[in-house]
Amino acid sequence: MSSIKEEGKDRIIFVTKEEHETPSSAELIEEDPNDPYEERGLILPSGEINWNCPCLGGMASGPCGTTFKDAFSCFHYSKEEVKGSDCLEQFKGMQECMQRYPELYPQEDEKKTQGGADKTQPSLQDSSTDPATDSEPTTSPEPTTSPEQDTSPTPSSPPADTTIPLRSESSLSG
Amino acid sequence: MLKCRTMWRRLAPLTRASSTLCRQNTRRAVLNNERSPALVPLARMSSEAPAGGNENKIYFLLVGAACLGGGIYAYRTIKGDKDRYNDRLEEIASRPNKSAPDQPETYLSTESPVEPAVETTEAAEPVVEAAPEEPDETAAAPVVESEPEPESPPEDLSEPPVVPAQSEPDTAAEPPSSEPTEQSPVVDSEPPPAAESPPAESSEPQSAAETESAAAEEPSAAPVTEPPAPAPLPVPPHAPYLLIGGGTASFAAARSIRARDPGARVLIVTDEWDLPYMRPPLSKELWFSDDPGVTDTLRFKQWNGKERSIYFQPPSFYVSPEELDKAENGGVAVLTGKKVVHMDVRGNKVRLSDNSEISYDKCLIATGGVPRNLQVIERAGEEVTKRTTLFRKVDDFKALEKVSREIKSITIIGGGFLGSELACALGRRSSEDGLEVVQMYPEKGNMGKVLPEYLSNWTTEKVKSEGVRVITEALVKNVSFDDGKVQIKLKDGRVVKTDHLVAAVGLEPSTELAKSAGLEVDSDFGGYRVNAELQARSNIWVAGDAACFYDIRLGRRRVEHHDHAVVSGRLAGENMTGANKPYWHQSMFWSDLGPDVGYEAIGIVDSSLPTVGVFAKATAKDTPRAAAEMSGTGIRSESETEAVARSPVASSTPPPAPLQQKDDYGKGVIFYLRDKVVVGIILWNVFNRMPIARKIIKDGEEHADLNEVAKLFNIHDD
Repeated sequence: MSSIKEEGKDRIIFVTKEEHETPSSAELIEEDPNDPYEERGLILPSGEINWNCPCLGGMASGPCGTTFKDAFSCFHYSKEEVKGSDCLEQFKGMQECMQRYPELYPQEDEKKTQGGADKTQPSLQDSSTDPATDSEPTTSPEPTTSPEQDTSPTPSSPPADTTIPLRSESSLSG
Repeated sequence: MLKCRTMWRRLAPLTRASSTLCRQNTRRAVLNNERSPALVPLARMSSEAPAGGNENKIYFLLVGAACLGGGIYAYRTIKGDKDRYNDRLEEIASRPNKSAPDQPETYLSTESPVEPAVETTEAAEPVVEAAPEEPDETAAAPVVESEPEPESPPEDLSEPPVVPAQSEPDTAAEPPSSEPTEQSPVVDSEPPPAAESPPAESSEPQSAAETESAAAEEPSAAPVTEPPAPAPLPVPPHAPYLLIGGGTASFAAARSIRARDPGARVLIVTDEWDLPYMRPPLSKELWFSDDPGVTDTLRFKQWNGKERSIYFQPPSFYVSPEELDKAENGGVAVLTGKKVVHMDVRGNKVRLSDNSEISYDKCLIATGGVPRNLQVIERAGEEVTKRTTLFRKVDDFKALEKVSREIKSITIIGGGFLGSELACALGRRSSEDGLEVVQMYPEKGNMGKVLPEYLSNWTTEKVKSEGVRVITEALVKNVSFDDGKVQIKLKDGRVVKTDHLVAAVGLEPSTELAKSAGLEVDSDFGGYRVNAELQARSNIWVAGDAACFYDIRLGRRRVEHHDHAVVSGRLAGENMTGANKPYWHQSMFWSDLGPDVGYEAIGIVDSSLPTVGVFAKATAKDTPRAAAEMSGTGIRSESETEAVARSPVASSTPPPAPLQQKDDYGKGVIFYLRDKVVVGIILWNVFNRMPIARKIIKDGEEHADLNEVAKLFNIHDD
């Protein structure tokens, strides 16, 4: 049985597991997928890449940001059967750039030098989904969604939530 | 003079009557003292009526004396005016001299060395004219570059006219004109701009490079005038994106700008000497590091065991300020050790502490704040103030870490986030090193202004169990230094003797630029007042601790948390690149106080609001440490270190016994209400549910039964 206490203006309720097992009657407002204010995931509703996504860490803003954007854009829009196979030039350029900054882009992480989709995953938070398909993170129902698909595609645990360094930088600053 | 007399004559009949009495008195006095009549006029000066009947003479004397006094005053004023005028002119004339460090010449004087180079003056003219016409710095560089090339023979002297011809007044005062021989060492000390200097002859590339670097940015004249000394950091004359302040908000904005504006050139100006770094580990993770050299490396272990530095990016990420304009794809440059002291909004430029100027297109103010101090400490004298730490920066951490190893007792004044975190961090050391840790504050419990009273009391007990001696309801009345100890006298008479003080009593937002920039400062919350898009005025945004912004959902507020700095910095960066988005994504914050107490919070979490707390009985699974291990997320202060130190509490098979039986607030959700709407939520030892909390606040709905809302969090699950 739950117990309710009042301490002045504060109310304290203790609940048992059973009580909370019944579905909640609280109503939440439906999310608007086109809400311009909402923070977006990696892919915007228009299909474009959101370079400011926290999930990218500093990839799009660092010294190799331009080469990264070229490579990843090419990959994203690639219509080949093996996606990105027509983007080898760009990836090569990106790799060359990254080799010039070993401190920022640790080379021991093999996946970085491969395709863009792979690259963004291990070095970023726990986004386990292919960013290309991660189109509408904001519409996924909140309580059940894995945190990776959240609007701020970072787990909600303390510093991870939209904080630059404590999550997304983990790969960049070796 | 005439007016005086006529007036006096008119008044004379009136004064005669009143002076009769005085006359009689003074006559008596004079006769009694046998004073000579010569002294009488002096007495008259003190406005006493004279003795004797020579009234007219007296009046004339009075008038004459008044006029004499007036004349002396007028003369002095006029003379003084002239002096002041001359002083002012000198000051104005000397101001261009001070525009760049170590500048002896002014505009006028730079032209004089030009004149000797007669044959180059004409050639220099088109260069001079061409250069200022170029508004874009990068365009100016090639223009200037091409000009000096053909003038190779007298190029040394032609360079100087080119340099002062730059549109920036600061470069004008460059004395390379007078010291062409010093150009070589100058350029040597500066990193030669790579791509653009064609290395023809030895002198040519040097002077060309020097000109380019002068054209593109302004190498401060110091390297030119002091060739043997190491060159200080040059100040670029223009930055498309200028970010004032080098903290979290600034870095987040820089990243956002670079992501959205390809090739953007971002200049961060900070008065600290460190590159941008994050603050939370300074009072948490860094204290729990096993590495004895942590004060040098500033690295800490994250949840995944991986180490990282508190610096957002290593130095190689940044472009140097003098290369910012030339960098092919732009970049982020950090100018350290420079404080912005004046902002000219109409002219779109700022002035630094060394009098150099930087113009901008868009500017962000992210100056954060400085720690507040207690008046009793400030007045307590040097012996006390040198034993007091105001904790904010990396240097403060280093100093406190060192001190904490050397002393026997340390006292923290303040019961908020910083004070409590430091108390717990130091308290952990108390068991290891025998350090006495005292924490005192005026509230009734730790986090008294954040947590409802019952929870605050519970937290205080936890802090005490970390080895901290907690003194609640403590108002410091007086602090002094006696007997080799700092003596803290409280209002209720208690005295605490300690070796070192840490004052964690709040943050004063830095709003010194408000006056010169004409920016509004909020009187309720402090900080610069900005709108929902974080804009203060055209082309000026403010983010981070210093921003008092309008939150569409929760109203005007100012937030001093790390995640807010990131969110607002990112938003400001977006808006600086044309996004026009309001503050919408609610930032959160967290705190860990020991291994058993950890919470995440979002929104307005003020203990004066009515709260509804829904708690479950906690098991040993529900600690920050266990949560981090299980979910593999989150940066928990103790998690990795504890797990390493002892055999890990296996997350898969936790001991089933609950912690305690009585009112144990093991885990739960606390709602903060304002007019029946949830405006703040604390997730107490419940993790990875922040999106739900954010959604509830965003909705801003009135919920009849908050227990039902609490169900959404599944607090019993893990």
